[in-house]
Amino acid sequence: MRTVQVPVAVREIVRPLVRMTIFVVGAGAVFSAVMILLAALFRGSGADKLLLENQGVGILSYTISILPQVLIDGVTLGFVYAAIALGYTMVYGVLEFINFAHSEIFAIGAFAGVEFLIFMDKLGILAKASIFTSYILLLMSVLAGMMASGTAAVIVERTAYRPLRSAPRLVPLISAIGVSFILQDLIRLVESLTTGQFHRIFPTFGNFDDRVPLFTFKVGQEPIDVDIQVKSIVVIGAAVAMLVGLNYIVNATRIGKAIRAVAQDRNTAGLMGVYVNGVISFTFLLGGALGGAAGVLYALKFTRIDPFIGFFPGLKAFTAAVLGGIGNLTGALLGGIVLGMLESFAGAYLTTFTMGAMGAEYKDILAFAILILVLIFRPSGLLGEQVSQKA
Amino acid sequence: MGKRFLGNMLIVAMLILAVTVVGAQTNVIKIATQSPLSGGMSAVGTDIKNGAQLAIEQLSGPLTKMGFKVELAPFDDQGNPDTGVANAKNIVADPSVLAIVGHYNSGVQIPSSEEYHAAGLANVSPANTNPKVTERNYVEVSRICGRDDVQGAVGAQFAKTKGIKSAYVIHDKTAYGQGIAEYFQRESKNIGIQVKGFAGTEEKANFDSILTPILASKPEVIYFGGMYDQAAVMFKQARQKGYKGMFLSDDGFDSSDASKIGGQALLDGKGTYFSTVSGPASAYPGTAKFIADFKAKFGSEPQPFAAQSYDSAALALLAIETAAKAAGNKMPTREAVTLAVRAIKAYKGITGVITFNGKGDLVKAKYFIIQVTSIDPLKWSMNKIDKVLEIEPPK
Repeated sequence: MRTVQVPVAVREIVRPLVRMTIFVVGAGAVFSAVMILLAALFRGSGADKLLLENQGVGILSYTISILPQVLIDGVTLGFVYAAIALGYTMVYGVLEFINFAHSEIFAIGAFAGVEFLIFMDKLGILAKASIFTSYILLLMSVLAGMMASGTAAVIVERTAYRPLRSAPRLVPLISAIGVSFILQDLIRLVESLTTGQFHRIFPTFGNFDDRVPLFTFKVGQEPIDVDIQVKSIVVIGAAVAMLVGLNYIVNATRIGKAIRAVAQDRNTAGLMGVYVNGVISFTFLLGGALGGAAGVLYALKFTRIDPFIGFFPGLKAFTAAVLGGIGNLTGALLGGIVLGMLESFAGAYLTTFTMGAMGAEYKDILAFAILILVLIFRPSGLLGEQVSQKA
Repeated sequence: MGKRFLGNMLIVAMLILAVTVVGAQTNVIKIATQSPLSGGMSAVGTDIKNGAQLAIEQLSGPLTKMGFKVELAPFDDQGNPDTGVANAKNIVADPSVLAIVGHYNSGVQIPSSEEYHAAGLANVSPANTNPKVTERNYVEVSRICGRDDVQGAVGAQFAKTKGIKSAYVIHDKTAYGQGIAEYFQRESKNIGIQVKGFAGTEEKANFDSILTPILASKPEVIYFGGMYDQAAVMFKQARQKGYKGMFLSDDGFDSSDASKIGGQALLDGKGTYFSTVSGPASAYPGTAKFIADFKAKFGSEPQPFAAQSYDSAALALLAIETAAKAAGNKMPTREAVTLAVRAIKAYKGITGVITFNGKGDLVKAKYFIIQVTSIDPLKWSMNKIDKVLEIEPPK
């Protein structure tokens, strides 16, 4: 018998990539199939007739024609959620409490990155940047966001959570909500003192706004072009790199082993010589840095930020973490992708299928209604029960 | 912060002074203003106050000769209905206030004017465009700007003149944005523009899922009813998704921040236009002297609605003067002033000739269509005026 020994390092890089592919393809296929089935059922309905009258296409071909775009948007959004969700899920894995200040950590990262780029813009560097330098500048702004957020997360842990570590579970939770408010107003204060305004715009530079044509397909007579924005590719690529990197750190390094040990049993880990406080600080650093990077990517994709920008993405990423099974890294990834797709599909199709009675603004309601259904049948989340180890 | 604090202290000091002065003599006449003097809309709100102040300084001569002392009583409504109503209660409680110029937000004017109506106090509005402002038929409330129902229709008619055949309408779900979007939709259907969709959203950052069905239906124009902070972000994302058509919005888009957010996306494709009831001050024939005086006194270009506020205060002064003369050069009653405002015919203001109809709307109001021509926020006031229309309010 010959056994092939795959080195741990390689395995921990390949495995998350394979999982991501399965999740994206799987979720995409399931959602598309459900949508096409729904469209087929809606043929001949009022919505179908209205669409024929307004746009000259039936509901089935309409559904298929915008499907690729909806999938691309859903995947992009899903990866952003997944990157934020990791911050929640890591902290939960180690300390078993929800760090509600994580949404503001995300906002701090967005502001640090955008302010860095605005500063570069003022120096005139952005306008002159070649394609290559603009990617370097983006990388630097993501690093700036990661540093700011990572530092902020560590400080928050040290000042607001560590003194309460032996208190009942609800106490640090309240403390987290308080920190969340404090950080929001802190961003506001710093921004009004330094720049005088707290609605900031991500500067335009490089080729991030360009579109890359992917393929063309025909629905009936009409050819449909499918293309993807460069910034969406950047967001997805960066998120994949971060997720793989995190997975590698947690599963294939010494500090990762320490994190898993603390997650399993803090006291015993301490007795075995693991420096528990240091490991917890590192967990916050890691989760915070990921949140910060996600903040900059979010600003790149959606352009405008304000001190309250973290609230909704944070809430949704938390939801994604719960959906996937909180405390479970793979679950956060799956939860993020499923929630991103749900939102994208609901936003794009709801208006048409309800003949305008429910607009795109109901997308969150629909997404969360489905979420409640999932949690009723799987209270510990989609992947919650398959985990053998937390973190 | 310091300035605002000083401003508040000044208002308090003026109120104390006013109380003592009223105690001493009875021939003080006050014209109150209400507008947001603090917060995000304070740039426009402060100039509404400044416009009225300039009018009182320049035009209160006849009343001074009759032995009256005319004063301005500025109030900060913070763009907030609660604050506006609380201020209104204070304003009507002061018997020397004979007229009120304000507000900036229709949502604040509508509840506040219930107080003015109960007290019979004349309210001349420089900026409130919601139909309900005058549709209540309060004799106390008049406005010298256009209406949202007409403004929405003006947008649709403008689109028609540009040869547009299909539109997609988005709004921000506020009374203002949704209202104006519905008027746009109704007029579009009347004049044969196909409305491919109508939807509301409170989203401020991620318009992906809203834009997909819009772009799939290939409208020639995307109309947004609401404020610039949403509209400009959505327009930018639509362009990035490859939309080549025209963007159209309302006077909520009239802020230099829109060009800061939207940037080049506003100029690409078929461009970006918005309708407004208040053109830049330079768009009015009689404003050259006003702009010069305003700059000399306050050190900056007047914001939108400053000229309308000047005219509002001028009308109030004229009405008070007429009523005082009729009362034998004595302090007139509020009722007399209210009736005198509506009785003014063909007053030559700096924003045009002003005559009110029975509801308190202008017999003919001006509407502008403005094209965004520069991405430089400093050049916002130099955007191109594409069209000026004078339209009667709906019957």
